[in-house]
Amino acid sequence: MNVNEYIFFAGFVILQFVVLATAWNILGGYAGYVNFGVPAFIAVGAYSAVVLFKSISAPLVVQIIGGGILAGLLGLMVGLLTLKLRGIFFSIATVAVVFILETVVMNWRYVGGATGLQLTRPPDLWIFDTYTRMLFFVMAVLAVCSVSIARYIQDSFLGRGLRAVRDSEEAAECSGVPTLKIKLIACTISGALMGVAGAPMPMYLSYIEPTATFNLNYSISALGMPIIGGTSHWIGPVIGALLLATIQQIVTVTVSNELNVLVVGVLLVLFVVLAPDGILGLIKKWKQSSK
Amino acid sequence: MISIDLLFEAVLFGILLGCFYAAVSLGLSVAFGLLDVPYVAHPALLILGSYFTFLLSKTGLDPIICGLLLMPVFYLIGIALYRFYYETFERRSSDTGVRGLAFFFGIAFIIEVCLILVFGVDQRTVSATYIGSSLEIGEYRFPYRMLVAFGIAIFLTTLLTLYFSKTFNGRAIKAVGQDEGALRLMGANPVKIKQLAFGIATAVNALAGAMLIIVGPVEPAMDRIYIGRTFCVVVLAGLGSMSGTLVAGLILGIAESVVMMTLGASWAPAVSFGLLLLMLGIRPQGLFGR
Amino acid sequence: METILEVNNVVKQFGGFTALSGVNVKVHKGERLGLIGPNGSGKTTLINCISGAFTDYQGAIHFNGQDISKLKAHERTKRGIARSFQIPRPFSSMTVMENLLVPFAFVGGKDGPEQQEEAMTILRGMGLADKAFVQSNQLSQVELRKMELARAMAAKPKLLISDEAMAGLSGNEVDEVLDILFGLNKLGITIIMIEHIMQAVMKFSERIICLDAGKIICEGTPETIVKNPEVQRAYLGD
Repeated sequence: MNVNEYIFFAGFVILQFVVLATAWNILGGYAGYVNFGVPAFIAVGAYSAVVLFKSISAPLVVQIIGGGILAGLLGLMVGLLTLKLRGIFFSIATVAVVFILETVVMNWRYVGGATGLQLTRPPDLWIFDTYTRMLFFVMAVLAVCSVSIARYIQDSFLGRGLRAVRDSEEAAECSGVPTLKIKLIACTISGALMGVAGAPMPMYLSYIEPTATFNLNYSISALGMPIIGGTSHWIGPVIGALLLATIQQIVTVTVSNELNVLVVGVLLVLFVVLAPDGILGLIKKWKQSSK
Repeated sequence: MISIDLLFEAVLFGILLGCFYAAVSLGLSVAFGLLDVPYVAHPALLILGSYFTFLLSKTGLDPIICGLLLMPVFYLIGIALYRFYYETFERRSSDTGVRGLAFFFGIAFIIEVCLILVFGVDQRTVSATYIGSSLEIGEYRFPYRMLVAFGIAIFLTTLLTLYFSKTFNGRAIKAVGQDEGALRLMGANPVKIKQLAFGIATAVNALAGAMLIIVGPVEPAMDRIYIGRTFCVVVLAGLGSMSGTLVAGLILGIAESVVMMTLGASWAPAVSFGLLLLMLGIRPQGLFGR
Repeated sequence: METILEVNNVVKQFGGFTALSGVNVKVHKGERLGLIGPNGSGKTTLINCISGAFTDYQGAIHFNGQDISKLKAHERTKRGIARSFQIPRPFSSMTVMENLLVPFAFVGGKDGPEQQEEAMTILRGMGLADKAFVQSNQLSQVELRKMELARAMAAKPKLLISDEAMAGLSGNEVDEVLDILFGLNKLGITIIMIEHIMQAVMKFSERIICLDAGKIICEGTPETIVKNPEVQRAYLGD
């Protein structure tokens, strides 16, 4: 692959993280419920796409919509099961979903099971020169859509309610906020967007297999990026994702794959301890002090 | 159909496995069950204990001895970790929930990746006289390493249960989870008590980690599946219940053993996580919880 | 007098412990009702059952003639029951104004400029107008207590439950909060006050109910309550 193509290839990954970080933040940043099971939702998106592609040769758009709907349903189910309990139980339940789904997929021959499945990209490139460029464009559109959704939520009643739930769920309930309903909505939308981010992946790789798809490393990135960027505003996850995903690409190519997870982990801990409002918070402080 | 003999053997093995799971979850039972700390890094520290045991055993010492020697070290680590967690997160208000969880998650990942960088992804084992051979009673074979782990597990659980019910500090730890105010009135410092508890929880991890590497090979990514096993045991038992941990461990151990025998080893992770989800759905306070 | 709230034989248990064992209360519209009792007598539990924080109790609660026993807390708030918390629970990432806009949005359905004006009126009545755009985690104790009441007011309640709003405040501050509560009652809002500060309860209440160990041991005017030997025993012990 020449350098030009690589930029689109890497760009796809970076934009995918923009969607994932934005999606995570809708539930994690706005409502305060930490999803550790990001790969489960990505995988639902990816494997739904595979099933749709294999069974009815569904076009990419249908794969993405299907992946989003099913991942959203997963979010709703996990939410119904655990959002009545304390936050940490929700978080642990999300990890549980990853392993359970992974085990199911590993034993499902139709989608390749543990060994995985090779996929042939359809010849339709629309207006693009290569399939990679088309996927890059698709992911860019998805990024814009998800950020718009996050922005809309933030400024709406839903955003106000979520913030109230995060600050004090009891007081929110007594102020008329239907806390369970609101949390379920956020969980569903968040899950759906993660599924949407995962759906193009099988076509991107021409291949799908469970171990990489269900890798918990996605979680540390998807939650590290908004926390580092700033969780209170939709632009925080975007900053965090663009910055960190780019660093990750550079580190993976120059040094090693493990190190890029370490980078995110260390930065996450540093920010959570020293700069809990993320980069956005630091910018705000710097602006205030220079007045 | 499965023969009754094989099933019986699976159940017996499950009992040994279950006690092992219970012991491995004791630290979490204290840190999360009693103290309410979102200690998702517990399994990572368990694996860290295994690797330290591996290193120390290279000097020729028996792995159990290594585990015991590591306990004071891990005790100090636990105290430091809790102190840090308390000063940084519990003290300040606002959304400490997210930050505390993210913090421990980050720590878990850092530990895992550092282990990969230092030791690589290959499995590590230790050797001892009791590893490799089995006790044969009639038609059944009990691997000695499992019996050793079983023994340590019983020892640890009994020790901790006695500590929490008979000693002043132990009872204070049990009380601090439920009523800090009352504890303060008695003149005890809740923070110091919690610190002590966390130190004990982490020290237990050292010995539990030694047990882990005695029972089988260890690799850095194992902390992920142990999130399921340890949290399953703690949730199944019910927060705050020490004795319930043993029962819960047995249930998990037997369930996993039977499933592994009938459906195959690849279904093992689904057992603990599935049981966990089931409990959260139908009875989140666990079997014996408050 | 019209009954606004009726608590019928409410029993609440926590595992083996019975916090409320058959409590019957009738609250009249526009009344100033005081609720007293030693620590652990069940006052906050009763309030939690009325406000909907607990929905798993036995017995029935009727508000304005309707059975609200199965309704969740936010639904009861929409019907007109508001409360403040013993330990203030501000939305700490929001300004005072934004705190008030939450009930405006979710109970009233709107949070536009009109509601901001209404919010300012409420804040002015409490002496908090100058703090409207300050982040709520920077308020003093008494300001937080007032904001709790302001936020409850933004839900346009018919019944307001004030849960130890004056705990830990100085003499002057207690009077400030008391004045606010009197003012709210004049607007027609029924108020249930839980307090340990006896002078405040005596001054404020038209009728007082005393709880002990989950049961009502005495009910009457402030004068009768003060002389009641049961009440004295409950507070001072045998």
